[in-house]
Amino acid sequence: MARRLIDLPSPRGCLSELLFAALEGPPDEGLEAPGAIDSGDPIADEDLQLALYVAYEIHYTGIRGVDEAWEWTPSLLAFRAELERPFEAAMAELVEPASEQELASVGAALQAITAEDAGPPLSRYLETQGTLEQMLEHVVHRSAYQLKEADPHSWVIPRLSPRPKAALLEVQTDEYGGGSAERMHSVLFAKTMEALGLDPAYGAYLERMPAVTLATVNLMTGLGLQRRRRGASVGHLAAFEMTSSIPNRRYGNALRRLGCDREATHFYDEHVEADAVHENIAAWDLAGGLAAEEPEVAADILFGARALLQIEARWATHLMDSWERGETSLREPAAVPA
Amino acid sequence: MVDPNHDESSPVTITPYPDGPYLVRGDFVVRDQAGNELPTERRTIALCRCGKSRMRPFCDGTHKLVGFRAPSGREPWPGD
Repeated sequence: MARRLIDLPSPRGCLSELLFAALEGPPDEGLEAPGAIDSGDPIADEDLQLALYVAYEIHYTGIRGVDEAWEWTPSLLAFRAELERPFEAAMAELVEPASEQELASVGAALQAITAEDAGPPLSRYLETQGTLEQMLEHVVHRSAYQLKEADPHSWVIPRLSPRPKAALLEVQTDEYGGGSAERMHSVLFAKTMEALGLDPAYGAYLERMPAVTLATVNLMTGLGLQRRRRGASVGHLAAFEMTSSIPNRRYGNALRRLGCDREATHFYDEHVEADAVHENIAAWDLAGGLAAEEPEVAADILFGARALLQIEARWATHLMDSWERGETSLREPAAVPA
Repeated sequence: MVDPNHDESSPVTITPYPDGPYLVRGDFVVRDQAGNELPTERRTIALCRCGKSRMRPFCDGTHKLVGFRAPSGREPWPGD
């Protein structure tokens, strides 16, 4: 698999324009913090989410034509902080605070929270009625995360004490293929994309991804990069794993119903079995273990879990609403300038 | 340093998770009753405990749909 390297996408407004223009130049020249950002709906703000996604992407991978030294350049970090502020506030508004009872048993609370998940029935819809085109759109959206699956939560590893760290490693080792690049989940996803005739190159569909899709990834990157949010990152991972095995079986069924072969369904089938293992470790050994050792982050663990469910519901609603209107859920390809 | 006399195998542990499957760790092999090995690719596996998985003996998460409840520890005798 080739090295990950993305192109700077087209800007979607003044923030991304400012940022991308600066990134093409030498680090720390020409990038001024934008000041307080007034965004009505930060989760659906195309300009804000794209700028944030690119600002974060520098920590994951290279961007063609961008000096790698930008990664820890103060002016970029200050710019990014202004982008994070309204997004963090919007997420905080969506998430209800944890109760005393929930904090007393984080593992049980995670079970209850994820069981109540009230998001729209996206996986059930795709399993029973979705068209191939809709399934392909779903895969394209998910490629924003799935081609770097597990990476956002790996940043938490050095920040944990031995028991939760061992639990996180037990999950991540499996995510990364247990020592086999071929079995790495991000590689399996690339194979699924290929089998479906999609471009598996990292970042190939960035231009087509709407803000809400980028927001699902920006949430986990933002939590993963900050040590103070280690609880939320762990809670996010736990809820992700706990809501994964059943939908993934449905996505596999959707592809089978649409006549796709095992090459295409393998990623989903693998996740049914893998996440049936991971969800227990993540809820009880990782999240429960972290809460037992650092009770002060227990509330943030549950924040991360609820934030994941909220943003996934928002994203799934976007897909279902777009299809209901007979429209694509992706951004239309950019018009070729005359 | 590698000790040639050190036994590399690790004991098998089976852990029932609350309201969930049995997780099996260590140097285990899963065989059917006739002795045929059921291939497993991961180091930790989950065996179905609710009986409703669609890929028994392995867990597929179905216990969450059927409201399976069981403690991690041993259940008490009636009247205990």
